[in-house]
Amino acid sequence: MNALLKVENLTVTPKNAPEKRLVDNVSFSLEPGKTTCVVGESGSGKSLTALSIMRLLSPQLELAQGRILFQGQDLTTLDNESLRRIRGGRIGMIFQEPMTSLNPVLTIGKQIGETLAVHQGLSGQALKAKVGALLEQVGIPSNRARSYPDELSGGQRQRVMIAMSIACEPAMLIADEPTTALDVTVQAQILKLLDELKTRMNMAMLFITHDFGVVSDIADDVVVMFRGAIVESGPVADVLNRPQHPYTKALLDCVPDIEGKRPLRPIDYAWLDEGVQV
Amino acid sequence: MSNIILSARNLTKHYKQRSGPLGIRTTLIKALDDVSLDLKEGTTLAVVGESGSGKSTLARCLLQLLPLDAGDVLFQGKSLADLSGAALREQRRHLQMVFQDPFASLNPRMRVGEIVEEGLLIHRQGTPEERYERVLRMLKRVGLSEADMKKYPHQFSGGQRQRIGIARALVLEPKVVICDEPVSALDVSIQAQILLLLKELQQEMSLSYLFISHDLRVVRHIADEVAVMHQGKLIEQGNVESIYERPTQEYTRNLLQSIPGRRALAA
Repeated sequence: MNALLKVENLTVTPKNAPEKRLVDNVSFSLEPGKTTCVVGESGSGKSLTALSIMRLLSPQLELAQGRILFQGQDLTTLDNESLRRIRGGRIGMIFQEPMTSLNPVLTIGKQIGETLAVHQGLSGQALKAKVGALLEQVGIPSNRARSYPDELSGGQRQRVMIAMSIACEPAMLIADEPTTALDVTVQAQILKLLDELKTRMNMAMLFITHDFGVVSDIADDVVVMFRGAIVESGPVADVLNRPQHPYTKALLDCVPDIEGKRPLRPIDYAWLDEGVQV
Repeated sequence: MSNIILSARNLTKHYKQRSGPLGIRTTLIKALDDVSLDLKEGTTLAVVGESGSGKSTLARCLLQLLPLDAGDVLFQGKSLADLSGAALREQRRHLQMVFQDPFASLNPRMRVGEIVEEGLLIHRQGTPEERYERVLRMLKRVGLSEADMKKYPHQFSGGQRQRIGIARALVLEPKVVICDEPVSALDVSIQAQILLLLKELQQEMSLSYLFISHDLRVVRHIADEVAVMHQGKLIEQGNVESIYERPTQEYTRNLLQSIPGRRALAA
């Protein structure tokens, strides 16, 4: 009802092959204070969906069809200048690789500050204070603002990325596999941090992952994608415990359970192709 | 069953790393710090730990791909450290490795048939016809076809490449296979296929696996015994039940509690 973001019939195709639907008629919506996980295997179109919302698709691809309504505004019709104001402003983003997403020759304080200077026009002491406060919020001592990215661990770098993404108090946060490159103990900390921030700032979070364990830890709602299309979506408890679609069931059967008791069952794609209308 | 086939005795490996403003200081990294473990014949020993814990260094040291600073590796009771040249090569036939990244570990300029055959050539096994037969049989066993022998690695998906990597390791009919994160680059559905394949091959060829992984869910499925590494030290080892149900070390407990989906899937 109270959707912050509504994606309607989103379709992404390569410019030179319009019949190839990499994202195929995808619709879902996000609500404030809730985390929606998009889960799927490689090539399922989950990252492309996230990139389309930010209008960051590579030039070879195009948004063939669909609307993306964010706070009532259709992002697909905006010009670059307006998009720039929204990206990093009302919509924050975090990516998978905390190593490559940061500039190695700038201190982390400078990089976090850049967002604030651009979007909120802060400078001097006010800027410095805000950067310090943001670092503390993500669990890094504020005196580390003068550190360079290579002086931080992978988990700390991802915390810096999170600080940058929430600097302008976005209404929505898009996180594309933000913990995939991290060790499990660090992953657990980052998931907890994101969950706390989401609640405290009442953000809508779109969380892309391939890991059902992560889904069950962080999601309120789940969207399962397969070959570009959504095969199933709903509240996390329903999708994980009572999957309706054969693909969701098959995918869940591949996940090793923690008890180690359930035998693994690989997906029979031939059977899926025969029996499933996607 | 409980014969020990591969045994590491007090393995130690240190690296020097430059540090400080101009790299003028050096820090000693203890990648392996007095590590001892035993792999029982026909079983799977999983080595788990986070990045930097020394698990990959352990794999390389066991195969004598990296020189040890101290310690010894015993294969069927014989020390590998004393061996060199032809004698070491002879033993290595029985010790093979499956690597993590199926994109980086296959030579892109070689055909699949050549990749799998190379080990047989190095170890001077059989006539060309016999080699062809063995390569073909192995490739078929891991789920590939005769036509695939003429293809290049880039023509295959990640899961298929890992099958090629497994065929390459197993064509020599080794006794011990060291698997260094063999499924961590793969999607879960492919991961499940490869894990099942590894289990079947273990039965058929009575293989012993040293299985290196950071994924505790995978380890629970495949391992008989588990060794936990942390900062170059082996801090805890035991059978898979006892490590998961009754970990004695704080670090192991923390690791187990960090497994994503613990709450929901345990319920």
